[in-house]
Amino acid sequence: MRIPCPICGPRGHEEFVCHGEAGGARPAADSAVAPDAVDAMRAFHDYVYLRANPLGTQRELWYHAAGCECWLLVERDTRNHAIGAVRALRPPADGEAGGAP
Amino acid sequence: MRYSIFSLLAQAATGHRGWPPMWRNPEPRRAYEAIVVGGGGHGLATAYYLARKHGLTDVAVLEKGWIGGGNVGRNTTIIRSNYLLPGNIPFYEHSLKLWEGLERDINYNAMVSQRGVLNLFHSDAQRDAFVRRGNAMRVHGVDAVLLDARELRRLAPFLEMDDARFPIRGALLQPRGGTVRHDAVAWGYARAADRLGVDVIQNCEVTGIRVERGAVTGVESSRGFIAARRVGLACAGHSSRVAAMAGLRLPIESHVLQAFVSEAIKPLIPGVITYGAGHFYVSQSDKGGLVFGGDIDGYNSYAQRGNLATVEDVVEGGLAMMPSLGRLRLLRSWGGVMDMSMDGSPIIDRTEVEGLYLNAGWCYGGFKATPASGWCFAHLLATGGSHPLAAAYRLDRFLSGELIDEKGQGPHPNRH
Repeated sequence: MRIPCPICGPRGHEEFVCHGEAGGARPAADSAVAPDAVDAMRAFHDYVYLRANPLGTQRELWYHAAGCECWLLVERDTRNHAIGAVRALRPPADGEAGGAP
Repeated sequence: MRYSIFSLLAQAATGHRGWPPMWRNPEPRRAYEAIVVGGGGHGLATAYYLARKHGLTDVAVLEKGWIGGGNVGRNTTIIRSNYLLPGNIPFYEHSLKLWEGLERDINYNAMVSQRGVLNLFHSDAQRDAFVRRGNAMRVHGVDAVLLDARELRRLAPFLEMDDARFPIRGALLQPRGGTVRHDAVAWGYARAADRLGVDVIQNCEVTGIRVERGAVTGVESSRGFIAARRVGLACAGHSSRVAAMAGLRLPIESHVLQAFVSEAIKPLIPGVITYGAGHFYVSQSDKGGLVFGGDIDGYNSYAQRGNLATVEDVVEGGLAMMPSLGRLRLLRSWGGVMDMSMDGSPIIDRTEVEGLYLNAGWCYGGFKATPASGWCFAHLLATGGSHPLAAAYRLDRFLSGELIDEKGQGPHPNRH
């Protein structure tokens, strides 16, 4: 499996770390201290632990650890590992290790 | 037909032409008391224990392919109960005890071979960790023996003991661990369940789960609607997809794990050996091939094949542990799709849909758990309550914080 890194070009997937499914918005930081704390727990639980785990195209995060140290948003088919669109989420600024998504 | 020395002699005398099929090939009926979705090891064991232990024989096992065609026939056949955490040890030890009596129980030769499982350690710190694990096992009545380098060398003289970077200092041995013929487990449970009246239905893919007013009423399948008030899902690898038919999202990702077998050689490896400085486990099949594996590939996959980087990584681990492996040729490699859960431990629990039960998240340790998984899931389906041995495998533990994370990796399925 080769991932076409927008910065480094096509590289073997072993240079990258897969961070899994992209998507799910992180619950707002202040929701954890909202009075309705049960819902906050549930929202964070869903965000941290639950996955769609689709059969087919999945948007996922890959970190180019042995390359440009960018986080990439990769479309990949979980049935056959075919890779579609890839884009860098945020290039690292000078003196900074990769930008978090 | 009951198998015995007499049935074997009678068949031998008549040229082995009279063996009946091991199980019927029934048409699905319109309704059952309980349906088990997934005819792998866990599903078949569940159906068997439902019938034998709970007297529930109006049961169908629905399998989309054929019996033995899924993960039960794709694993590395290892059984053991060398766990550390309280939620795990009694469950896996019960499983090992069921393995020990399985062949008499189901009247089928599953080639259960307790040849011992060795976990190598390479440093003082790792030795301490294994002493702790061994003590935890012994507190729970599980066998564990700590071997020093000299004792280990006697058992396995082919190991690279004095590697400059990862010298082998000894091993934790579980003598009762070993291997089981995996296909025979599927066939044996299918036959035993069938003999008790369970319908084992192959080529029957579940395509929908019918839920009315919050309760399950049956499943849509490639062979029509089949009604049941109790439906148990045992389709690890594809649990997320099947559960999604009932509107559930699970704490699970599907990942591919590769396994390998070498050309056959004369007996070399006495039991199961796992490397402690990398991830590599190996045993030798009765046919002579070395069966081994390592890590999952690390990305979501439903493809039953992996990539070469993992092959290289696994083989490097093997060569570091046992350089003589380098003289062998690989015969085959293949991949299986795993339910990787968020804490590396399984789920045996009810769901928010009444009558719908879940058996999932086995990561890549499901084979050894087959008997206990079936035992506890049958209990759940029959009584509606968790079996005490599986009480920790709750679906809501991710919300309550009662995780069972043997490796301490956090919610990253590709690191378990």
